[in-house]
Formats: sequence, structure tokens, C-alpha cells
Amino acid sequence: MYDIEALYEATSEAEAIRLMQQYPTAKLIAGGSDILIQIREGKLAGCTLISIQKLDSLRGVSMDEDGTLRIKPLTSFSHITKDPLIKKHFRVLGEAVDTAGGPQIRNIATIGGNICNGVTSSDSGSTLVAYDAITELTSPDGVRRLPIQEFYTGPGKVALKPYELLTAILIKKESYENCEGHYIKYAMREAMDIATLGCSVNVRLSDDKTIVERMRVGFAVAAPVPIRAKSAEAAAKGMPVSCKTINAAAKAALLDVSPRTSWRASKELRLQLVEELTKRAFEQAIILAGGEL
Amino acid sequence: MSVGKSVPRVDAFDKVTGRAKYTDDLIEKGALIAKVLHSTIANGIVVKMDISEASAIPGVVKIITCFDVPDIPFATAGHPWALEKSHQDVADRHLLNRRVRLYGDDIAAVIAEDEVAASRALRAIKVEYEQYPHVLSPEAAMAEGASQLHKDYPKNILAHTSFEDGDFDSAILEEGLIKIEGTYETPMVQHCHIELPISYAYMEAGRIVVVSATQIPHITRRVVAQALGLPWGKIRVIKPYLGGGFGNRQDVLYEPLNAYLSQQVGGRLVKLELTREETFYATRVRHAMKFHLTSYVRPNGRIVARKCTVLSNQGAYASHGHSVTSKSMTVFRQLYNDEKAKKIEGYTVYTNMPSAGAMRAYGVPQAIFAVESHAEDIITRLNLDPIRFRQMNMMPVGYHDPFSKNVNYFDSFNQCMEKGMEYIGWNEKRALYKNQKGPVRRGIGMSLSWYNTGVWPISLEISSCRMLINEDGSLQMQLGETEIGQGADTAFSQMAAETLGVRFADVHIISTQDTDTTPFGLGAYGSRQTYVAGFAIKQTALILKQKILKYAEKLEHKMACDMDIVSGNIVLKSNGTVLRSLAALAEEAAYSMEHAEHLTAESTYQCKSNAYSFGCSFAEVEVDIPLGKVKILDIINVHDCGQLINPQLAEAQVHGGMSMSIGYGLGEQMLFDEKTGRLLNDNLLDYKLGTLLDHPHLEAQFVENYEPSSAYGTKGLGEPPAIPCASAIRNAVLNATGVAVNTIPLTPHRLFPAFKDAGLI
Repeated sequence: MYDIEALYEATSEAEAIRLMQQYPTAKLIAGGSDILIQIREGKLAGCTLISIQKLDSLRGVSMDEDGTLRIKPLTSFSHITKDPLIKKHFRVLGEAVDTAGGPQIRNIATIGGNICNGVTSSDSGSTLVAYDAITELTSPDGVRRLPIQEFYTGPGKVALKPYELLTAILIKKESYENCEGHYIKYAMREAMDIATLGCSVNVRLSDDKTIVERMRVGFAVAAPVPIRAKSAEAAAKGMPVSCKTINAAAKAALLDVSPRTSWRASKELRLQLVEELTKRAFEQAIILAGGEL
Repeated sequence: MSVGKSVPRVDAFDKVTGRAKYTDDLIEKGALIAKVLHSTIANGIVVKMDISEASAIPGVVKIITCFDVPDIPFATAGHPWALEKSHQDVADRHLLNRRVRLYGDDIAAVIAEDEVAASRALRAIKVEYEQYPHVLSPEAAMAEGASQLHKDYPKNILAHTSFEDGDFDSAILEEGLIKIEGTYETPMVQHCHIELPISYAYMEAGRIVVVSATQIPHITRRVVAQALGLPWGKIRVIKPYLGGGFGNRQDVLYEPLNAYLSQQVGGRLVKLELTREETFYATRVRHAMKFHLTSYVRPNGRIVARKCTVLSNQGAYASHGHSVTSKSMTVFRQLYNDEKAKKIEGYTVYTNMPSAGAMRAYGVPQAIFAVESHAEDIITRLNLDPIRFRQMNMMPVGYHDPFSKNVNYFDSFNQCMEKGMEYIGWNEKRALYKNQKGPVRRGIGMSLSWYNTGVWPISLEISSCRMLINEDGSLQMQLGETEIGQGADTAFSQMAAETLGVRFADVHIISTQDTDTTPFGLGAYGSRQTYVAGFAIKQTALILKQKILKYAEKLEHKMACDMDIVSGNIVLKSNGTVLRSLAALAEEAAYSMEHAEHLTAESTYQCKSNAYSFGCSFAEVEVDIPLGKVKILDIINVHDCGQLINPQLAEAQVHGGMSMSIGYGLGEQMLFDEKTGRLLNDNLLDYKLGTLLDHPHLEAQFVENYEPSSAYGTKGLGEPPAIPCASAIRNAVLNATGVAVNTIPLTPHRLFPAFKDAGLI
């Protein structure tokens, strides 16, 4: 039995925003896989909820005219994994979110909820930052766009203003085109777990598959929010496809991360994983892109 | 013939269709909800409690605090009552405790109309404490000046025992002995049964009825009565189907408080269900233990003498206490047969931690981890063959334990090892995995498993059975022994069908125990039920059979001794001629105008024996050194538990036990905040119970030496499978990497620094 004061069910985006204005302390709820836990724990006990779960206009994956992939926030993890556009252009995201929780969670949890929670361990976050995702935020004042790296502002904090709704996650064509990615979730279990460290690497190789034209790497749990490792990317850019390049990038990644020691894992173990997982994910991404090592 | 067949479980269809009723399914609408307030300090006293605000919350019916409960200390361990005072369990807790001894101690209870009101009230109670420094380890608890948790136990030592076989000091003087030492540590873990602890209580006809998910209904009745200061007969306990126990429910948990709370609201029905978080810190756990072993060995591997010290972390309350540590000590005493001498001392020490009680295999997984890891360390150091070392030193065939009177009748260890070696490809892989290089390496390891089942002669072993023949010749059966998911009802039904000569489908076992109507039994623990209940079932079935054949004598004009019951028919023994069906006889017996008789039998059997249940485990692992990860490639347990009653159920028991033992070795542990004593991972996300995807294929094989002391040739298998995997895995990791890790679980957090220290990273 959940301690919920009231639940308002929005029937349109406009109504959702109006309800947010009417009940400024209310929490938005989509799939509920995080919110309900917080209510049960007592942190949000007695809260008022505004449900956007039934807003089908905010659900699904589509492509804009300019080739931008548009992932709407209420799209569930299992939907993303099975979506044809994602499979064709952004397969790694489908694989990354398929590592979250178990089947029931992946059926209910939404990608929008996952990033609006602002947690560093999110299974979608590292891949989205590694693909320069852009968030589309809608409020009574209009629509604005914000790179996902700026959307994340701190542990559990995001750049949503009052009465603002995440209405899309956008991946530009330039970002996913000719690009292959691989995500490694390192956790203590093979399912039903949260990442100790997550590493998402994607590469674009030269036409002859011998040069790394572009390499991008995002991490979960290597810093207070999902981050990019720009030093690693710089170390790989323009370099030959080789183990040496991989090792150099993996070493360089250590310059960009700032994991901490908690009772869940030590900083030393996380640093070890940053280097090792970068190597393995980078190698796999190269292979997927047709490179040979 | 029914025994020995893999018949489907009697409860299978009801359970998979959701028809089987568990405690929560039985609760009437309008039940009051109780919730417990737990302390937020680990050590101290509750000075004051302000419940005014909480009491005013709408829906709150009553709040009971630690200042309100009767001053009756009681013991919770699910042992048979001991008539001798010195053998009784330690009575060291109250229904609610003013003296706080762990972070999460029970200090108040709220009764409310619903869960939301109860939870709101918990948050609104204001508590004032006087706080003392807490102690989390036995070492800290025994140190000079440590805060004393219980007044009669200085230095917090609940118990200290020791023994010496032979003369240790002179044995180690032998020339040429090699001294090998090691310290081995096992974690505090929790049972994690999927159904949470739940009970409800109400009053009827001046008595209190408690319906509870317990392994031990009759013992629970006694403890509830003792805790409330009532005559035992004033309590009635009912046990429906339950979702796993593993020993946690071999303790009386919140049933006494639940009964008391109902009493305080005029006997209204009060439900008390714990959360998963509470289950972790406020019920029972496995004793964390630390062993220091010193062995004196000849270069050929023969152990001449060993000594051992064990420190066992009891936590805040005694529960099963030193009984568990004593069983650990017995492993040390019996598994290996030191040529000249052995000595051991064990301490069970109170700390400000969750209370340790019974958990599947009762102290033996701890000891086997220590003893079998240490064995492997000796083997590695002296470059011996692991199998040969064990054959040279293990308990010999014919060993007779003067205390329990157990006899090692068969060459079970060798027979089990042979099967394990064959399955896993021991010899080839030991050779294959020598001298590996590179970041990913494979290894193979093994461990023996030792267990003595049941509790005789330390405690009473008794079981009662009631049988009656329905008018259609089918059988109703009741036992005090409980179905807790392990398949006991099915095994019991097979035994009854076997002895009485009725078809398995015609045995209707009453799964629910109700202390008002169920014959007396002790319940599920100690891997005792198939063994002990077997006697009661066989004895009762034979009495009933005799009655049926006596009745048949009148109808058939043949001597009872010349007839038998086979597959539900009365037959002539000499040639198998069917004289009439049992159904026809039963109908006649029930309604005969000349001679009606209700065909029933009831009897109790006290057994004064128990049996060894031995086995082994072999594991093959792949170690990813840079990631600090161990993957099990293959694993097998082999057990000799005598004649299998139901091979498929036996296999399932082994699978479950292996899963627990793998978790023990690789993932599970309770972690505490040193500063506050608070449990950090009190949920199934942070407590790394393995998921389906974390399990390899679990191979279970058996050696079936017919147990001579047993009614059906069988002996315990409930606990033994949970014993040997952790040490087999640890030894396989040693084989793969050359790194001996002496503390489980072997998580990446532990392996990464160990590999780094060894220069592998």
C-alpha cells in the first residue's frame, strides 16, 4: 500500500503542464519504477502525483526529415530494444537499456524517466552522452533544446525548470551515421543489478577501416553524472586501428573520470574498470565497425 | 511401489496455479495492521518515547512501546523444549526491548487500520536514547572495556567450549613435520526466503490463535505462551503453505509480539508482516565466523595434528547461539582423522549485529569453507594431489562417533568423489590448467561435504502421524512435520503409499499444521524430516494395515497374516489373488449395520539415532583477472543421502542448496556501516543474491547407499547441498590463479586487490 495523497492523470501534454502549474509540489510519474520505490521508502510518502503514463503522443521512436532520431520520453526500455529504427541506427542504445533490471522493469521503465532521475548509474545515460544526445524541453514558454551533458547538472539533478517537460531525446544523423557502438555494463550480477561501472564506446572508421576517424566514450558511475572522456577520444582520433591506440585511449580515459569510494565499490576498482572496460568496449566497437585487430 | 519414484509433487498444481493458500491469502478483510519501530542506534537504552503525535494520526488504533510490555525474557530458538534447565535456550529478549542491542532493535509497535497509517505513525514517534559505543566484531566485543550487552555474559562471551583429542603438544614434537597456518573468514548472510515473515493473530474462546509462516508450529506455540506468560494450551498455532524458510523460520520471530498485540486490542485480528529490509536486520542471519587453523603435516600429506580457534559472531540475541558453533567444531573434529591429536576452542560472542540463528546446514558451511580451504592450502604448499590427500586423511569407513553413535557405514566419500571426478573431467583438466598465462585463466577445485543430520542426542527426536481410511479406501494423513517448499508432503505421501499398499494418488496429506488438531511434531530443521517422520509414518501405516487386515479377516474368512494390501486391494499373500478392493472394504467398514468401524491409526515414534550425510562438490571456473570476476563453467554436487524417496525432488533440493552455496562463495554478504552499526545492504538489489542468469547448469548426482538405521533407507538431504560449493569454487580460483583468498564471498572487491598484491594486475 503506497502513501499517495492524490494522483492526477494528464490526458495531454498541455494538461500535464497545467497540472504542474496547479500543483507545484507534485511529482511527475511515468512508468513509476523509481518513484514508487521512493514512496515506499518514505522519501516521497504522502506525495501528490501527476501521471503522464497515458500520453501516447510522448511515446515511440521516429525520424525527423533531416534524419534526426527522435526518441520520445515515455518509450519503454523493451520498446527501445525492439524498435526497428533503433535497431538500424542506434543498436547500442537498445542493447544498453536491455541490461537494466529484469523484463518487468524494462516493460514499465521509460527512457525519459531514466534520464530525468539524473542518476549516474542509468543504463541509458552513458550511451546517450556518447552520442551527443539533445534533450527537447517543453514549457509554457515554448520549446528549448539542451545537450544531454548540460541536462545532467549533478547527482539526482537535471536542468528541468519548473513546469517544464522532457518531450524528446534527439540524436542527429551526423552522430549515428557510419558509427558502431558497444556498451559494457559491469555489475555484480548478470541481471537485476545497477552498474558498478558502465562504459559505452562508439567509433567511426575510415573507409578502409584502418583509421579511427572518431571515437566517443561515455561512462556511468565514473563521476557524479554520466560523462564523456574527451581525453580518451582525443587519444584515439585519427589514430590507426591497433591495440596500441586502444590502450592509449583507455589510459587517457583515466584523466577524465572521478569515481569515488563508496561501500558499493572502491575508487581503485572503478579506475581499474574504467581502463579495462574502455579497452574492451573500444575493441568490440572497432570489430562491429568492420575493423581488424 | 511408490518410494524411489519421481512422482509429481502433491502440491504442484495448486502452487503453480496460485490456488495454494499462504498466510497472507487467508487474512480476513478488516484486519488491523501492525508495524514495528526499530531503533536507530546500535547500542544503548531507550530513555523516553513520545507517541502523542503518532497516536493522533487518523487510523492509528494503538501504540505499544518497550515501556508497556511484560518483563518476561524469552528464548526464540526453535529447539525442542529441554527439561534440563542447563540445556534450555538463553532467554535474553523481550517482546520489545528498552535495552537496545542492534541498529534495528524492536522498540515499539503500532497497530493501525491500514498500512499507510501505521507507517505514518512510525515516522511520527519520537525516541530519546542514551547511546553506548557499539561493537560489531567478536574481537571488539571481547576487548577490555567493551560495552557489555547482556548482564550475565562478561566480555560478551555467550559460550566458550573446547576439546582436545590426543595430546596436541607432544604430537607436534615429531620431527620433520611441516607447520601450515591460515585464517579463514565467512560472512554474515541471510536466508532470503521469498515469502516475507508474516503472521496474524486473533482471539477466540479465550485463546490466542496465531497463523504463521513457520517451520515449527508446535515449538512456536510453546514459545508464544512462554513469552506472554500464558499456559501453553491457551495458544493455537496454524501453519499454512509457506514460501521458504531455510532455518530463519526455525526461530520464533514475531509471533509472540503479534499475539500480544492482538491481546492488547481485545483479540481483534492483527496482521504483522515484515518488509524485506526488516527481514534482513530484524530476523536471523547465518553466523559470521573466523577460523584460525594450524596444521602439522608430514611431507607426504598425512596430518599428524591440528588446532583451531573459531570466533562466531552471535549478534544481539542468543537465538540458536553456541549450538551452531558447536556443530562447526564437530566438522573440524570428524572430517579429517588427524593421526595423533587435534584441539579446538570456540567462542560465540554477542555483538551489536543482527542475531544469528539457524541457517541451512547450521554452522557447517562455515567450517567446511575453513577446513577445505585449509586442506587445499596444505596440498598446494606440499604439492600434493587433492584427491589423494583427502583419501589419506578423511574419516575412515567404519568410523563410529561415540557421542552421536553415528557410524560411517559406507565408502561414501570415495564413491561421491569418483562420480564428481568423472563428470567434471578432473584428471584431464588438472593437467590442462597447469602453467597458464594471460588475463583469463581457468581452474578446477573440489571440496568434501560433511554433515550429521537430525538433533539426537543433543535434543529430542520425535514425530507423530495420524492416518485414517476414508469410505472410498483413500487415506487421510496428518503429521507435525512441515512442508516448507522442499517437497516433504510428497515424500511423506510416497512413504505412506509404500507401506500401507495404497496407490500414491489415494494418499491425501493434510498440509496445514494446526496445533489443535495435528499430532505433535517438531517441524522442519536439521534435515530431519524424511528420516524422523519416516519412522512415524511406517509405524502408523503398519498399525493401520493390521487393523484393515483384521477387518478383512471377518469379511474374507482368511487370516490377517495371510493377506496383504497391494495397490489398494486386499490380496492373498501366497498367490496375489485380489480378494476385494480396499475401497469396498472401507465402505463396508464405514457403514456396516453389523460391524461398523472407523479405520484409523495414530502413533508417535521417538528415534534415538541419526545419520551422516556426506558428499562433495567439484567446480570449474574461469577467472577474468583484470575484471576480478569468477565465472563458474561447470559445477557438480554428489551426495550420499541413502535411498532417494523421490529422485526429481532430491535433485531440486540439491539445486537449491548449490545456489545458496555458490552465493555464499561468490556474492552474498551483509555489509555494515562501521560508524553506526547500520546494515547497508538490506534489500535484494544491494544484497547480491544470484539471479537465474548468474547460475551455470547445476549438476546433481547421487550415491544411494541404503541407510541401515532408517525406516526407508533414506537420510537427510535438506541442508547438505548448501555446504561444499563455496570452498570448491575458492579452491578452483586458487588452481586457476595461484591466489588463495581466505575470505568469502570472492567478489571483485576482494579479488581485485588480491590479484594486484599477487602481481597479476
